[in-house]
Amino acid sequence: MKEQEDRLQRLTAVRPRLFSFAFMHLRDRSQAEDAVQEAMMSAIEKHESFAGRSSYETWVFGILKYKILDAMRAQKRDGRWQPLENEDDDDAIDRQFQQNGRWQQSARPSSWGEPEAAFETEHFWQTFDACMIALPDNAARVFSLRELMGLSTGDICRELGIKENNCWVILHRARLHLRACIEKGWLKGATP
Amino acid sequence: MMMCKKATRLMSLKQDRPLTFQERMSLRLHLSMCSACRECERQFTLLHEAGRRFDP
Repeated sequence: MKEQEDRLQRLTAVRPRLFSFAFMHLRDRSQAEDAVQEAMMSAIEKHESFAGRSSYETWVFGILKYKILDAMRAQKRDGRWQPLENEDDDDAIDRQFQQNGRWQQSARPSSWGEPEAAFETEHFWQTFDACMIALPDNAARVFSLRELMGLSTGDICRELGIKENNCWVILHRARLHLRACIEKGWLKGATP
Repeated sequence: MMMCKKATRLMSLKQDRPLTFQERMSLRLHLSMCSACRECERQFTLLHEAGRRFDP
């Protein structure tokens, strides 16, 4: 009983992080909320199957990942996904480079300092989140699956039914978008 | 000579799969001459590390 109480508390504590994780993948507040609720419900129902090999939070995140993948498949079935093929023209990316492929003077990357220092700054994470939300939907989904969920590009392609090459193109664009947005918002203080 | 835009493609790819020998060499050559791209590569790596913040 004591143990269940303790886990319920830990679930409540981790809930905001579960939500922002789900939101970054699904980009829809109510669907993210549903996925989190379902994950929390199954964590409570199946609490006996938690073997204690990982932390309880890791286990709950693991459940949430399946719920998110289910929800993404449903989004795709419902036609809520723009076609992934037609992403060759991307003005925002093209503007970072000159015609000859060199950086535009205004877009040249500058130093962000040590990662650890950045990660300790609240402002960095606020900017990161805002820039994730500003990403085009497809870029955000593929980037989240790759970098937040940690899937390989091979798995992502199977999941989304796209070619791996396509996946790499999307990730390249997502990273260029994100870096430009974060640099502007974080170092130069502009709102994304 | 590979230009910055193409170099960023390899930097991104490197986060997702091992580069071939030739890709590695041309990226290394470009980075040795381009400080902006060296920063970009650090930023891509930082983005990758930032993604792991949800790991409890």
